Amino acid sequence: MHDTAELERFRDVQRLCYRCADEVAGTLEPGVTEREVCRRMRRWLRERGVDDWLHTPFAWFGDRTAFRGFKVPTQFLPSGTRLEEGMPYILDMAPVKDGYSADIGYGGVLGENRIWERLDADLAAYRRLILDLVRERRTFAAIYAEVDALIDRQGYQNRHRKYPGRVIGHQVGIIGGFLPKRVGFPFGVRFLQTIGRELVKERLEGRSPLWNGAAQSQHPPTPGLWAVEPHIGFRGVGVKFEEILVVTEDDAYWLDDDLPHVHRWARREQAR
Amino acid sequence: MTAVTSRRVRGDGVDLAVYEQGDRSRPTVLLVHGYPDTHAVWDEVAGRLAGRFHVVRYDLRGAGASSRPSGRRHYAFEHLMADMRAVLDAVVPGRAVHLAGHDWGSIQAWEAVCTMPERFASFTSISGPCLDHVAHWTRRTLARPTPSNLKRAAGQAVRSWYIYFFQTPVLPELLWRAGMSRPFARALKVGEGVAAREGHPARTMGRDGASGVGLYRANMARRLSRPRDRRTDVPTQIIVPTRDVFVSPHLVGGLAGRVPNLSLRPIAAGHWVPRSHPDAVARWLAEHIAGVEGGPLTAAESRGLRRAKVGPGRRPFDGSLVVVTGAGSGIGRATALAFAERGAEVVAADLDLATAQRTAELAGLLGPEGHAFKVDVSDPTAMEDFAKSVLHDHGVPDVVVNNAGIGMAGSFFDHTDDDWRKVLDVNLWGVIHGSRLFAAQMVERGQGGHIVNTSSAAAFTPSRALPAYATSKAAVLMLSECLRAEVKGKGIGVSAVCPGIVNTNITRTSRFVGQDGDEEARSQERVARAYARRNFGPDGVAEEIVAAVRRDRAVVPVTLEARLGYAASRAAPGLMRLLARLDVGR
Repeated sequence: MHDTAELERFRDVQRLCYRCADEVAGTLEPGVTEREVCRRMRRWLRERGVDDWLHTPFAWFGDRTAFRGFKVPTQFLPSGTRLEEGMPYILDMAPVKDGYSADIGYGGVLGENRIWERLDADLAAYRRLILDLVRERRTFAAIYAEVDALIDRQGYQNRHRKYPGRVIGHQVGIIGGFLPKRVGFPFGVRFLQTIGRELVKERLEGRSPLWNGAAQSQHPPTPGLWAVEPHIGFRGVGVKFEEILVVTEDDAYWLDDDLPHVHRWARREQAR
Repeated sequence: MTAVTSRRVRGDGVDLAVYEQGDRSRPTVLLVHGYPDTHAVWDEVAGRLAGRFHVVRYDLRGAGASSRPSGRRHYAFEHLMADMRAVLDAVVPGRAVHLAGHDWGSIQAWEAVCTMPERFASFTSISGPCLDHVAHWTRRTLARPTPSNLKRAAGQAVRSWYIYFFQTPVLPELLWRAGMSRPFARALKVGEGVAAREGHPARTMGRDGASGVGLYRANMARRLSRPRDRRTDVPTQIIVPTRDVFVSPHLVGGLAGRVPNLSLRPIAAGHWVPRSHPDAVARWLAEHIAGVEGGPLTAAESRGLRRAKVGPGRRPFDGSLVVVTGAGSGIGRATALAFAERGAEVVAADLDLATAQRTAELAGLLGPEGHAFKVDVSDPTAMEDFAKSVLHDHGVPDVVVNNAGIGMAGSFFDHTDDDWRKVLDVNLWGVIHGSRLFAAQMVERGQGGHIVNTSSAAAFTPSRALPAYATSKAAVLMLSECLRAEVKGKGIGVSAVCPGIVNTNITRTSRFVGQDGDEEARSQERVARAYARRNFGPDGVAEEIVAAVRRDRAVVPVTLEARLGYAASRAAPGLMRLLARLDVGR
């Protein structure tokens, strides 16, 4: 388990990511490509001390936010798709700074999009639902099924099932190791080393550092830090959030509540 | 009926008999008859319009009580146009009128709106194309001689047999004079279901037919061989009878380029629509005029206008009203959304109101605002109230999807009376109620429509595990086929959709008879997982339903296993019987 000082370091990296997302989102203009936006995120983070990656930044525009037509993993990589007025977008980054990592997802839309507004408003429920169920210490697989049921009731599609391992979340920790700080297309090699080690270690205890709906996730929440990323889609629009959930032996809480999407949902709730 | 006053107007060297009815201060509608009719062919339509409009009709030269110049040159377009101007100047000087023409009345009305558009506020064409457009259409069609184009061109060529005949000298006149009236009236009755009445066919038909041949001789060859570039900005609506034996419905193809403000109103009817469907014709005329003048419109009327409108960016179900039962989840919700995405206004009905509301809300994100209803399809009174509410609030639906259904599995001997009743009440009676009530509304309106009933691959795949469910779905399939046979002639399509293994929540709500709570929950879970592995979502079914409506398909097996089952049930029923013995329920 991490102590308060360590949690503070994780919170700082996560805040740095959200600041980056906010600032880069402010620069988005019609015609910009996913590749260009990823370059901006990388540069912004590098300039502020980021020295490694769990994975290099991703950006998805338009119906790519809902992973429409995604069949092979390379389709997740930044493409030449250009942003247009009314298009939704998702920025996703997972930098490492002095060993402390974060993994965030940031949804937005250029201009107006009614579908995106509705989806984003409905996404708020997942932040509450997941936290409540983790506190009840339901198994990860059961929570995954509950999330699926809510997606179904809302009439949307589960998009996190498209992620490698169909994960809704994965464990994060302090990244270290003997391997060089390189990126292995698009994952950081030290992250792969860590997750590989954890996969073996956790497997021995009947658990998994990956959180999905499969049999390996039929265990109560493992104490530690979990990057949780529910991703829902409707027609050509997808929206997600991703942030760190702190799971302790008998409780759980979001690492930080001072986040753009949390404030956005509160504002929307007030306006109603 | 309002009184008809008649007067005579001096046309271009002829005397024309002009008939008026309705309040002169109201907007004027000019109805122009075709060949071999007189103004009286419009009696029914004029009577229905006279309460709201000033209705003017006249007998064309050579017809009814107007003069009959002899010699083909007197029937050329320039004289017809001069006649029409004379009538307008005498009856409503300086005012733009709403023009409607049938057959030759429509052909010359096209000439009028293209050459003197300032005189017309709107135009409705029925079964009489612009000759110049026909010539362009034919050239364009033959320039790309694909099989379907050749078929269309040949279709119109065959429909035009009488035009060639009318080019023969003397013979047509002799035939008309010899007494064609009686066989004509008979053909009208048999071919179009239109009974003879006072005024139509007219007593003057023999003479009208003989004189009117001049229309064909003076204009047809000239225009078809040297077509002009005819365009008009007058808001134009074309009523397209799909069973016209003289004018092919395909002739409207490509018209939008020449007529920017264009609406199409297809109707399952023959050539004499004003006689066979006066209600629809009068309603469409009034709607079209109200749309042009900005008059007050009901929700159903303004939807009708949107539905008829041709234009870029038009979605295929713009202006359509679509009712879906069981729309709170699964195939029902996906279907509602698929139609909404294509422009339809959706009425989502479900036993669970909250889920129906959610569907309506999502539909509103993709298309026009959706509506939710709580209804138990197995309850006849509730269904009647539902059908009435839909009619009252939104009008007659264009598409109804009777989709609500429940699952039930287990041995025949474990099914109790109540189990059977429950399955049949929802799966069969729900479809019966929905079909009966909404098909009646569609027939009454007379503008066609489509009914989709959700059957199942189980309808033709016997199984010892699904006796009640499969029976109910087989009944739905047969009901759909029978209903289809009856309403086909009224322009209403009926489709039975047989999905197969589709991943929806039906697996988790299905009853497994003969099993207690825990065992049943395990069965539900097991089947749900199997269906999830099959990984065919309800969206795929919804797409097939939309396609079935657009192509009017009778039976639609959706998934691969449904298609195979459908083929095998006909090719190898013995194999199906063998497979039916597998106990897949355990």
